[in-house]
Amino acid sequence: MNRGRTSSPHQPGPNRTGRLMAWVMAAALPGLLAQTLFFGWGNLINTVFCIALSVGTEAAVLALRQRPVRFFLRDNTAALTGLLLGLSLPPLTPWWVSAIAVISAIVLAKQLYGGLGANPFNPAMVGYALVLVSFPVALTTRWVAPAGTEEAVLPGLIETLSIIFGGSTPVDAFTMATPLDVYKHGIAGALASQVTTHPTFGDGIARGWEWVNAGFLAGGLFLLWRRIISWHIPVSLLASLALMSLVFGWDPDRATPLSLHLVSGATMLGAFFIATDPVSAATSHRGKLIYGAGIGLLLYVIRTWGTYPDAIAFAVLLMNLSVPFIDHYTQPRTYGHRKARRVGTGGA
Amino acid sequence: MRTLYDFPGGIHPPENKRQSSETPIRIANLPERLIIPLQQHIGAPARTRVSEGDRVLKGDVLGDTEGAFSVPVHAPTSGHIERIGPHAVPHPSGLDDWCVTLIPDGKDHWGACHPLPESDQQDPDRLLAHIHKAGIAGLGGAGFPTGIKLRPPETDSIRTVILNAAECEPYITADDRLIRDRAAEVVSGLQIVRRILNPEQCLIGIEDNKPDAIQALESAVDGTGIEVVVIPTRYPSGGEKQLIQVLTGEEVPHGGIPADIGVLCQNVGTAAAIHRAVYHGEPLIQRITTLTGDALCEPGNVETLIGTPIRHLLDSAGFDEARAGDVLMGGPMMGFSLPDLAMPVVKTTNCLLAGSPEELPPPPPPQPCIRCGYCADACPMELLPQQLFWFAQSGENDKAEQHNLFDCIECGACSWVCPSQIPLVQYYRSTKGEIREQREEQIRADRARERFEARQARLEREQAEKEAKRQARKEAAAKARQTPPASKAAPERSAAASETVAAPSEAPDIETLEKQLLKAQAKRNNMRNMLDDARKRGADNVDKLEKAVAKNDDRVDAAQKALEKARSGLTETGGATE
Repeated sequence: MNRGRTSSPHQPGPNRTGRLMAWVMAAALPGLLAQTLFFGWGNLINTVFCIALSVGTEAAVLALRQRPVRFFLRDNTAALTGLLLGLSLPPLTPWWVSAIAVISAIVLAKQLYGGLGANPFNPAMVGYALVLVSFPVALTTRWVAPAGTEEAVLPGLIETLSIIFGGSTPVDAFTMATPLDVYKHGIAGALASQVTTHPTFGDGIARGWEWVNAGFLAGGLFLLWRRIISWHIPVSLLASLALMSLVFGWDPDRATPLSLHLVSGATMLGAFFIATDPVSAATSHRGKLIYGAGIGLLLYVIRTWGTYPDAIAFAVLLMNLSVPFIDHYTQPRTYGHRKARRVGTGGA
Repeated sequence: MRTLYDFPGGIHPPENKRQSSETPIRIANLPERLIIPLQQHIGAPARTRVSEGDRVLKGDVLGDTEGAFSVPVHAPTSGHIERIGPHAVPHPSGLDDWCVTLIPDGKDHWGACHPLPESDQQDPDRLLAHIHKAGIAGLGGAGFPTGIKLRPPETDSIRTVILNAAECEPYITADDRLIRDRAAEVVSGLQIVRRILNPEQCLIGIEDNKPDAIQALESAVDGTGIEVVVIPTRYPSGGEKQLIQVLTGEEVPHGGIPADIGVLCQNVGTAAAIHRAVYHGEPLIQRITTLTGDALCEPGNVETLIGTPIRHLLDSAGFDEARAGDVLMGGPMMGFSLPDLAMPVVKTTNCLLAGSPEELPPPPPPQPCIRCGYCADACPMELLPQQLFWFAQSGENDKAEQHNLFDCIECGACSWVCPSQIPLVQYYRSTKGEIREQREEQIRADRARERFEARQARLEREQAEKEAKRQARKEAAAKARQTPPASKAAPERSAAASETVAAPSEAPDIETLEKQLLKAQAKRNNMRNMLDDARKRGADNVDKLEKAVAKNDDRVDAAQKALEKARSGLTETGGATE
């Protein structure tokens, strides 16, 4: 008998890291489904490939670091990183680009910092940003024309596989620039009514993309409902993006309108699945609000005045950088104290 | 309806109260021996008033007050004292403590039983003294001496008295059952407290998961002006600070006590004990303890004598040792696991939880912290447990302190919600311990430094005085030289000589020399013994010891010579003065 050796509490609560991550992955399925319906097999194939490679890489590095492989794989975080990359990368991204993204995410951004919990940056976004700056062509010309577009066709499973793994270049009929890209470059020399005639917008706000974003929004609401994520980051992110758009981009003839900011690109995926990565986000409620708002702000700034049409990865990484600073200034007031106390400044 | 306030955080662990709450209180049978620890409260231990072999009657004083922060301990039944000595006691430290072992004679004869005379029952000072003499300490958990607690710094400062009947910890039903079976005693005890403190309001805070107890209380307080306040069930609403917050909306200031905001909390069991002491003259020799857990066939609540061995109690409830994992004193959230079932029930034993290994599973290996912040959401003190963990893990104790580590009430809500299964509370406890140790170390070091500096200053002062004297002599000599210029070196030499003469008078006197000699001899003998021993064992340090003995021989010789010299010097000077 091993009496008297354990510390209170003596009963575990219901939460498990592995289970939480599995729920997050499950919540991303509606979005993935919409991606598959509107943009073909690409994202699904990417996702499966990235997850497998991510878990494999994690296992390999853990083995090299002489850590218990099975124990750490059970937390499902490597699989989630793979999933997020699979969802973020353009559907027809060549396999080796995805592989570079995954390997740098797991090896550079996560394991070299000491593994789960020790990484200051969101691993998936490190991988994404790295391939985005390294292979801009692959990352911008591999978006698929959404289903229902008249002059385009959705690539079939075999075609998609051969493009991703076989190295063949996608034919023009398969690809199309993203709505954010089209609007940003189009509005410079045309009116909103002219720009939106582009097939990528379809009849609604952004053909296909609106459903993808709705899918991720639904998944995100599910995570909120299950209390797996807190509302602070997504709400402040979307609110600050909206505010920026209303203040600086109220005229759709000059700037991308709010509707397009919210329901196209990776906005919902970013707000509910990427920015909420707890390891690299701020910790207190107030800190989370600031962190989310910062991402929303940067997102708008880069999308509008930067070179990239979408900017989730850069916005998240930049805010990751400021997390220690935010945490320092947002320590909550403790019970019985008159005001919050900051490290180094004393106070009651 | 009273406005209730909210406290931040909190959790809803499975309550597991029905196993033990549905049967009336049983009276535990007399064990073969009772082990009564002399310290069952915060403060100084009681001093024994009995010796081994003494016969005692029920209620006789076994140990009495030592210092202001102590409470007396009484004999739970009649019998004789078998032994007074260290015995394992239920304390998280696992250390032994002084206990009186009593062999009951089975007659359970009361000694003198003094209820407080009716004429004194209105006098706060008499009541306080009586409560203190009855050995009452808080039965809720910490065991704070009740007689001291009820005497707040300023007599009129308590505006609200709160009776804590929340009992938020899972499994424990001792208070619930006590109220259901003896609500009148509880309310009567609270009325005594009210008489002592004369507060504006008297509240009983109880969680809404105890409908029967609420009903019992409501009928018992009828017409007394005491208010039963039903609060939502959420752990740890029964924490003193949380209950105060829920009932009054106020927070106990950091580093302060509830009396600072005019509030005083008492536990239900303590109130009942006060009633018994005042009206029946019974000291605190028994309490209600919950016996529960999957390893017991008949869980329930028992009225047990203080000092009853835990195994005896568990056996009385059908303890199945083969099915048992850990046995906890207290509940699953804040209790501690008992290393030894021979330990006795003490005044603060509110629950014994004999769980099966499935019920109280061994802690799984913790995964890395992912900073999910669930702990911060669960923390009733609004701390940042994940940051505290980070600092505790990396040994940044100062930062942990700056993040208000010492405000942690160790309720365990953070660990309970942690998806990575990190034993957070354990980290906080050990870091708190380390910081306390460092503080003490710092105090000791400061003292040592002060001593050293004082010594250094003294030496310097003496040196300076000597120097000044020397200077004075020099000057005097120079003057003398000027007047008779014939002899040049002589006065200087005489000055030097006088100094060497002066020195021995400051040097150790005969007594100290004798002492030194004895010490040196003792040390040498000791060394010799060690050497003999080492030789016998053929140890490898024989060489060193031989050297040490030789060195000590030299020292003894030196000391002897010095002593002889001093003695002869003394006789010389003695002769000279004669």
